[in-house]
Parts: sequence; C-alpha cells; structure tokens
Amino acid sequence: MSTIAQKKGFGAVLWDYLTTVDHKKIAHLYLIAGGLFFIMGGIEAVLIRIQLAVPNNDFVSAGAFNEIITMHGTTMIFLAAMPLLFAFMNAVMPLQIGARDVAFPFVNALGFWLFFFGGLFLNLSWFLGGAPDAGWTSYASLSLHSKGHGIDFYVLGLQIAGLGTLIGGINFLVTIINMRAPGMTYMRMPLFTWTTFVASAMILFAFPPLTVGLTLMMFDRLFGANFFDVTMGGNTIIWEHLFWVFGHPEVYILILPAFGIFSEIFSTFSRKRLFGYSSMVFATVLIGFLGFMVWAHHMFTTGLGPVANAIFAVATMAIGVPTGIKIFNWLFTMWGGSVKFTTPMYYAFAFIPSFVMGGVTGVMVATAAADYQYHDTYFVVAHFHYVIVGGVVLALLAGTHYWWPKMFGTMLNETLGKITFWLFFIGFHLTFFIQHFLGLWGMPRRVFTFLPGQGLDAGNLISSVGAAFMSAGVMILLINIVVTQVKNVKVGNDPWGDGRTLEWAIASPPPYYNFKQLPLVRGLDAYWLEKMEGKKGMTPAEPIGDIHMPNSSFIPFMITLGLFIAAFGAMYHVNDKPWAIPLLIFGLAVTFGSMLVRSFKDDHGYHIHKEELTQDEKGAKA
Amino acid sequence: MTNQPLSSNRSRVDLEYRRKTNAEEMRYQIVSFTLMIFLTLLAFAAVAIKGFTSWFTIPFIVLLAAVQVVFQLYYFMHMSHKGHEAPSMFLFTGLFMGLIIVLAFMTIIWW
Repeated sequence: MSTIAQKKGFGAVLWDYLTTVDHKKIAHLYLIAGGLFFIMGGIEAVLIRIQLAVPNNDFVSAGAFNEIITMHGTTMIFLAAMPLLFAFMNAVMPLQIGARDVAFPFVNALGFWLFFFGGLFLNLSWFLGGAPDAGWTSYASLSLHSKGHGIDFYVLGLQIAGLGTLIGGINFLVTIINMRAPGMTYMRMPLFTWTTFVASAMILFAFPPLTVGLTLMMFDRLFGANFFDVTMGGNTIIWEHLFWVFGHPEVYILILPAFGIFSEIFSTFSRKRLFGYSSMVFATVLIGFLGFMVWAHHMFTTGLGPVANAIFAVATMAIGVPTGIKIFNWLFTMWGGSVKFTTPMYYAFAFIPSFVMGGVTGVMVATAAADYQYHDTYFVVAHFHYVIVGGVVLALLAGTHYWWPKMFGTMLNETLGKITFWLFFIGFHLTFFIQHFLGLWGMPRRVFTFLPGQGLDAGNLISSVGAAFMSAGVMILLINIVVTQVKNVKVGNDPWGDGRTLEWAIASPPPYYNFKQLPLVRGLDAYWLEKMEGKKGMTPAEPIGDIHMPNSSFIPFMITLGLFIAAFGAMYHVNDKPWAIPLLIFGLAVTFGSMLVRSFKDDHGYHIHKEELTQDEKGAKA
Repeated sequence: MTNQPLSSNRSRVDLEYRRKTNAEEMRYQIVSFTLMIFLTLLAFAAVAIKGFTSWFTIPFIVLLAAVQVVFQLYYFMHMSHKGHEAPSMFLFTGLFMGLIIVLAFMTIIWW
C-alpha cells in the first residue's frame, strides 16, 4: 500500500469513515460532528440574543425560548465542547506519547458513534413534538412536570452519548498507561497528554453518577417509578445532587484539556520549556481531585444548612490555588521567551485575562452568603460563560489553528485566523461582560423577555450586538477552512517551525501507522531536544519490523444504531403505541446481535510488512 | 513469552523459580479461600444465632464483606502482584470519592 493519496469516489470515502478504527480519522469525525453541533448550539445562542435584544420581544414564544435555552446548554456542553476536545485528544495524544493507535481502536470508533447517535437523537426532538425545556440541568420537579417527549429525548439521548464519552475516557486512560513509547515516562509526557489523562480519569468517576441519575429519571418518566416525585415519597433533591456530582467534575473535564492545549501553545510560541512543568502536573491532578469535592456549591440556596454550605464554599475556593499556579506558570513561560504572535498564540494570550475574570467571579459565587444574591441571575450566566467561552472555546479555536496542519496537512490562513480572533474576542467580552451587571441589576436567568424602562434595555442590546460579532468570527473561520482545503497546499512535519512534542516529528498528516519505528524519548519536549542537538528526527527505539494493524469494522455503527432504535421504542411506549415494545426489543436485538458477532468472529487484524514500509520510504524520496 | 526457547538453561531456572512462586501463590489462595468460607459461616451464624441485635449483626456482616472484598481483590485477582499500581490507585480513588458522596448524601439529604 502506498501512502500517496489516491483519488477515491465519494462512496468509498464515506464507507472508509463509517468503518474506520484509525484514531486520526475518528478525530476528523469528532471534529466534523462536534463542529456541526457547535454551529447548531451557536444558532440557538443567536436566537436567544435576538429574542432578548429588545424588551417585550415576541421573536420566539416563551415555550420555544425554554426549548432553545435548554438545547443551547445541552448541545454546547455534551455535543460540542466534549467531542471537539475528544477530536484533539484522538488526533494528538497518541502521537504525543509515540503510540501507533489508542489501546482499543474498535472501542474508540464505538465511542464516537454512541456520541453521534445520542446527539442525533437529542436533536431529532425539534422535529418530533418539541425539544426538552427544563434547562440543561433538567431539575427533577420541573422535568417530571414537562409535557410531551422533550425530556425523554434529553434522558435517552444523553444516556447514549454519555456511554460513548465514558468508554472514550477509559480508552484514553488505558492508552496513556500502557502505550507510551520507550523512554516516555509519566514526567516526560506533554501537558496536553497529562490533562487528557486527568480529564479521562475524571470522566471515569463522574459519568456513572450521571448514568444513575438519568436511569432514575428514565424510570420516573417512562416506566412509572417515583424516585423524584415528592407526592409519592420520592426526593426531588437527589436528582440535583446526582446531576452536580457529575456536572461539576464535567466542567473540569472541559477546562483541563483546554489548559493542556494552551500549555502546548505557550511553550511552543515562547520557544521555551514550559515554566514549572512538575507544578503544572501537580496542579492538574489537584484540580481533578478537588473537582469532586465541590458539587453542592451549585445548590447553596436549596437549604443544605450553614455547615454544608461552609464546607463546600471553602473547598471551592481552594481550587483557586492550583489554578493560580497554572496562570503564573504560563506568564513565566512567556517571560524571557522569544514570543511569536501566531493565531494560536493570540488566543492563548487573550485566554489569560478572560479566564482569570471568570475565575474571580467564580470565587465570588462560591461565597455561600453572597451567592444568595447572585443565584439564578445573569451574574451566574456571565460567570460560567467567562470560564467556558473564555477558557474552553478559546482553547478549541486555538487548538483548531494549532493542530490543523497536523490533522489535515494544510495551514489555515493566518490573516483570516487573526480576523476571526479579533471578532470573536471583542464579541465575547461585549456579550458577556455586561451580563455581570445585568445580573447585579436584578435580571433573572432563563427569562424569555423583560419589560422596558427597568434599566435592562441597553445592557441586553449591547450583549446581543456582541453575539453578532462572535457569529461573524465563526463564519470567517468556516470560510478560512474552506479556502484552505480548496487551495490544498501541503506542509511538512513541523509547519510552525517550533514544534516541541512528538507529533511534530512525523509527517502532516501522519501515515496511517503513525511511527514507522517507535521513537526513543530522551526527555521532556522530546522532538525539541533532538532538534537542539542538530538531529533531523527522533532516534528510533526499534528496528524496522512488521506493524500489526486493526481491521476496519462496521460493527460499532450497528451496535449504536440498535440503541438509537431501541430509544425510540422506550420513548413511545408511554403513549401505548402497539409497536413501541417490539421496536425496543428489535433495537436491543440489533445491538446485542452485533456484539455477539463481534465476540464470535475472530478478527486478528493484519500486518504491514517491513518491505512495504521501506518501499514507502523509497517512493517518497523518488 | 511464546518466542522464548524453552530448552535454554536460563529458562529452566525460570521454570523452577516459577514453580516455586506458583506453589507459594497456591498456598495463599487456599488459605484465603478457607478464611473466606469461614467468614461466610460466621456471617450466617451471626444471623442464625438468637440473641444478637441488628445493631450488632448488620455492621458485623458489612465488615466481613469488606474483608472478603480485600481477599478477593488481592489474592484471587492478583492485585498483590507487581504492576498493579495504577489499578489500585484508581480503585482507591474511586472508593474514596464514592464514600465522600455517600457521606454527603447521608448527612445533607437523609438527615
């Protein structure tokens, strides 16, 4: 087989992606699917801002507004931010540790399809009688009260997507523990790999409570149980606890990989080793650990009592310490470095003040007594958008520019990239800064409109104008992507010229087996180390030999399709449709049948022979 | 492992060493198996014998169960061996988080 791309028909490419188990192609799938959901969530955000631009607006109805805010939050967290981070984890993490693939390529594909079908199911609610409308937290008393199938779509869709995330996280953990190249000790792993590791461990511990919560909710809504129904002896607060036992770690699952992306960018474009590497690792692990001890700070006003409130408030403020360590380390990385202002570095530079502002308001809302004033106002909305957009989304945009050449072999246009940055950055602060004050002036969260003359008019209009700027930025990015891919100017191994980690030591995009010979890692920033000693590439740790590769498989798609069908059966069972239970059984039969086929069919993969590897090299030189 | 020539001198030493360690392992397994049976009998006895209040039996049985889990993990699932540092770290972290959540639920929901 040759690594030189051959022209393939559309059908062949589609089939290739439907059956792929290659981590680089799965990364493309995550990026495309996550990008589509990001745009959908963005459109929902724009609808919210149009509705709130002027007082007494009737652009959308109150009911539709509830559906839009619910889907905006749910889509952005579960279907955009997580998958986009998974895209970079898949694309880069195996390369950074010098592995040929993740530990379980088949499970990796399964994880993607579970996320995709879960997201598809959730979004089909728009066409099948109304989307979920109880907010992204879906508090039980509200969601049990909700009519129609909206909440059922939420429960079943998130259950399927969550399963995908969970097995994806386990896969990354096993990969990092078991598949590091010779010499790649834990304390030589790049920071993005470290944050992937800690985030995956958090996924492992945080998603089971969500699964439990969703299962209880599913039984309450679809099968007549009463776990959360107070009138039947249930307890509605249990959902809130289960949701936040998951939900709080979830935001750290999002922000830690974002920190990892920025750590890579800071050290690459400061042309300097990351300042305080070991304290960065320590801070990452500590944030991951403390992230599980603070969930009740979302529930200060539910009446936990002063002792519980105080404990959770203090634990929350403690997280500021390791985060502060990180902020100073990034600043010291740039200090004295030879800083190059590329598009990713613009984002990284802007991230520090933006995220610190989100962190400061975080400590403010963590103060239990003060939180009684902030709770359920726009102040909270401003806070979490400052950390999630100012942290995670800026990291995603930075990572897109930074790793685009590694993922697709082409460089995004720097000028257009910087225009995107300025539009998005100005739009972001314009939209959300004023929302702090809207909150302090008394505007509650989740209201579909407001009256004129209450001092909220100008603030809301400014906020909506900011949303237009952000949309324009994203559109320029899309244009940039199309233009770049149409021009299709291929770049070499290390297009930024300052790559430090292993992914820059191999071709862009890497060959399907990644490393012909596993590299020998001699220190932190392994590739930089070799470059500084005047070598062209990594020293191989093994002779050229046969490479064992997994076969492509359509089974992950089928397993997931079965669950997707079964979810419809479970949902319409409530309406006493005669076909609902048979459909449920049929869907589960497809899933378990596919798993059975997978178990009984021996699939040993194939080998790339030594001769083919050496031929590739000759072909490339000629 | 499969590629190692079995006839070499080195592997014969290995074989003897492995036989010795396996025998030792077997001994531990039998001891812990016997203990587990004994603990199970104790648990049944605690319920069967009249005169103990539930305030004694329930914590007692839970304690015995915890000991059994440790035996199971360390002697039958080989967690006592080398190379299990990562799994035990994850196990204990998970246990710690789980217990914190249970403690919190016991104190702030069902008080």
